[in-house]
Amino acid sequence: MNSVIPIASHSRLPNTNPSATHLDIRHERGQREVFCGLTGIIWLHRKIQDAFFLVVGSRTCAHLVQSAAGVMIFAEPRFGTAIIDDRDLSGIADANEELDRVVNQLLKRRKDIKTLFLVGSCPSEVIKLDLSRAAQRLNVQFNPGVRVLNYSGSGIETTFTQGEDACLASIVESLPAPSLLAGSHSPHLAGPGQKKRLLVVGTLADVVEDQMQRIFKDMGLLDVEFFPGRNSQSLPLINENTVFLLAQPFLADTAKRIEDKGAKRLPAPFPLGSEGTSEWFKAAAVSFGIDEKTLEKALFAPRQRAQIAIAKHKAMLENRKIFFFPDSQLEIPLARFLSRELGMRLTEVGVPYIHRQHLAQELELLPAQTLIVEGQHVEQQLDRCEQAQPDLVVCGLGLANPLEAKGFTTKWSIELVFTPIQGFDQAGDLAELFSRPLSRKEKIAA
Amino acid sequence: MQLTLWTYEGPPHIGAMRVATCMKDVHYVLHAPQGDTYADLLFTMIERLPKRPPVTYTTFQARDLGGDTAQLFIDAVLQANERFKPNALLVGASCTAELIQDDPGGLALGLNLSTPVIPLDLPAYQRKENWGSAETLYHLIRRLVKRNPVVGTTQKVHAQESVDPASQNNLQPPSTQQPVRPKCNILGPTALGFRHRDDVVEISTLIENLGIEINVIAPMNACVSDIERLPLADFNVVLYPETAQTAALWLEREFKQPFTKHIPIGHKGTIAFIREVLGLAKLPVDEPLIERLSKRSKASWYASSVDSTYLTNKRVFIFGDASHAIAAARVASEEMGFKVVGLGTYSREFAREIREAAKLYGLSAIITDDYLEVEDHIAELHPELILGTQMERHIAKRHGIPCTVISAPMHVQDFPARYAPQMGFEGANVLFDTWVHPLMMGLEEHLLGMFREDFEFNDSSAPSHLGGAKKTADSAALTPHSEPLLNEAKAQMNTEGEPTTGPAQTESQQGLSPTPSSQQKVSELIQHWTREAELELK
Repeated sequence: MNSVIPIASHSRLPNTNPSATHLDIRHERGQREVFCGLTGIIWLHRKIQDAFFLVVGSRTCAHLVQSAAGVMIFAEPRFGTAIIDDRDLSGIADANEELDRVVNQLLKRRKDIKTLFLVGSCPSEVIKLDLSRAAQRLNVQFNPGVRVLNYSGSGIETTFTQGEDACLASIVESLPAPSLLAGSHSPHLAGPGQKKRLLVVGTLADVVEDQMQRIFKDMGLLDVEFFPGRNSQSLPLINENTVFLLAQPFLADTAKRIEDKGAKRLPAPFPLGSEGTSEWFKAAAVSFGIDEKTLEKALFAPRQRAQIAIAKHKAMLENRKIFFFPDSQLEIPLARFLSRELGMRLTEVGVPYIHRQHLAQELELLPAQTLIVEGQHVEQQLDRCEQAQPDLVVCGLGLANPLEAKGFTTKWSIELVFTPIQGFDQAGDLAELFSRPLSRKEKIAA
Repeated sequence: MQLTLWTYEGPPHIGAMRVATCMKDVHYVLHAPQGDTYADLLFTMIERLPKRPPVTYTTFQARDLGGDTAQLFIDAVLQANERFKPNALLVGASCTAELIQDDPGGLALGLNLSTPVIPLDLPAYQRKENWGSAETLYHLIRRLVKRNPVVGTTQKVHAQESVDPASQNNLQPPSTQQPVRPKCNILGPTALGFRHRDDVVEISTLIENLGIEINVIAPMNACVSDIERLPLADFNVVLYPETAQTAALWLEREFKQPFTKHIPIGHKGTIAFIREVLGLAKLPVDEPLIERLSKRSKASWYASSVDSTYLTNKRVFIFGDASHAIAAARVASEEMGFKVVGLGTYSREFAREIREAAKLYGLSAIITDDYLEVEDHIAELHPELILGTQMERHIAKRHGIPCTVISAPMHVQDFPARYAPQMGFEGANVLFDTWVHPLMMGLEEHLLGMFREDFEFNDSSAPSHLGGAKKTADSAALTPHSEPLLNEAKAQMNTEGEPTTGPAQTESQQGLSPTPSSQQKVSELIQHWTREAELELK
């Protein structure tokens, strides 16, 4: 019913990466203490400033988004919920007509909205409300003022950050075919689509994007595009001359859609920490034939800054045991950063899903015997955590205070998604996110 | 379908969680998709509870839908029962599981567990959080209380009752030597309730000081054995009608236990409550005792002290759950000498009560769960103080109006570390302090009024004891812009229907469809708000 395929299907592929065999990868099923994909709206609506996210769901969905946002600070947020009620379910009201009515209401009120995402939820999926047809229908009505797209952020199909994946995939899907664009895409007038171009895929904080853009420029790459852009009007040109770097490890579907348009993914670790960021830029350099000297010149100063900043936290983190509960799919790159650059010991790395192709480079860098648990059975995992007595536990908000009350030190993982942590200049901040709970505990200990 | 931006209440299963979480030995197995576990953080982060809520979720995914979700639920029940060994199991579905119709209640009952199973049927597409709490407490009591013919005949029973020694609520059992003291239950306090934690302490102390024994407090800190003992009381104290009225009505019917109607908020409210309680306990009204107890409250003296003169007829706008809003209006008007200019609630279940209360102030009540509509009223009414919820706190901030939170929903800052009840005599002190604190002090206000040309201290200055909260020129300019919207909102107030006729849909539809002339203003407002929100974020 929905055009978005949950990436669970990719993650269940057999282990195709022989080099990851040095790891202990287990699977677990049971209660999953994770957010659903709707949560992605919280950062996506901040990034794409002229888009509105309309969840088509229940009161629970509305409550989730406002509670997960943690702070109810937005006067009128660029997201909302069309709450399905018993009239829609019992057929007294036609759910499609109702949805059209709500969208009309909303767009009348919000003239500033250029793209409207209809976001599917568990209830809308279960009652088979066809949001892709609704989007088509509404697109006809509101064209050209507002573009209407749809994706699913439902918990039955997506875990937390997969919501961003589904959203970006829906944008890629909506891009016009390259042939239609020839000669019409203004930013690329000089032989549109003919030149090899780099695209960075994944939501990044504006400040991170600007820093990366500067480094690319120093490397001699002048027209690197970032996707998603800061407004929904700037859409990337994707064709067989596009190569792309993933900035986030959870973009399985998006990457697949981009590849379907002929683009090529550059395999690389993710830009977390000094090492990951260096390797990430290097992948671009290799692809574009940039010589080592130019690359080194561009990376030297920021990398040194990053290393100095990271070093400040090493004393606090080295040899400490860290335990990850599954959350954002950032766990493996983070574990790699913490073990290799800060000397932390990985007790358990819980991950909701592992995309083995996208994470191949990361997995290779993890120490031998690292225990990786894909999926979750929260009670069993809590028992293991209790037994392992790690020095630091990375977990979601529902678990953090109860673990603290038991004497554990925790880092709540949602902060890792809501904080600029990618690139060189953020590497120190990233390390600090982990050292702060420990230094705080030392500071306020009796 | 209803367009919602922020909600005052969560879905009804959150209400059930509030009951389960505040109790000691029940567990709630919730058939729910992955993601619904977000609800845990309401308790662990907002209320900072040091324990996970006693809730097991099935967290089914799309791949499970093709298979056997019913088996998934059964497994979850068995595992939870084994691991947590609860004395009662609540079972139910969240909104999505309701649609797949696995019948959690039937499945769990079919397991023939030795643990009592309480099926909860909470229609997620019709009802909301507070109703969910009320319904959960009611079903819990109905299932656990045995209709023993011995209990329910009140006083006679007390001498022969067997008291569970494990009970947490078990206060001094009357020895056979002493005269039998009347007994009451306190009903309503839950997890995530607005100051429930402290209200319970305040009111139970007060009741004990009246010579009345507290039989059981429920559901907060109660165990299953406490619930079973509810019929041993002579009457019930209903602190929060939103969560306890359904249960109290049933107990009244089944066990002839009358219940209190006065909410002990404010000095006068507390005294009225004391008189009511004494009446239900069949105790004489001991005026010197009341006098002595009420000495604890400085609020009425503070309100009559000359310094408070400046509070006279301050325009106050009140919005919250029905019982807190009604009580706040009474305190504002009768105890603080304010002028109530707006009164409303999101609790549609108590529409009748709030309408009657509003009449006392010559107002028509605002009954809505659309916070934008509340904002329109506020903008129109120019109150000098807002008593509201977390939503109104933000509205107030945008409009530069002083505000105090008096009702759920609230955020982490409304679970203070200190003792801060809203009820009883200490509660009256808290009300006085927290309502007056955001206001500018009397003399300061006069001076600012007299010397408006002063470049440092003029009309846009914040109260001197609240540094930095300076009202911006922008937000001051908000009000005139919003007027077209408001007139419309005002027109709507008169067309409000009963909850059953579905006003939720029609009201919000009207509220969200401004006239063409006002659209421009609205989009200006929106841009302004967005800018502010962004600044705030930074």
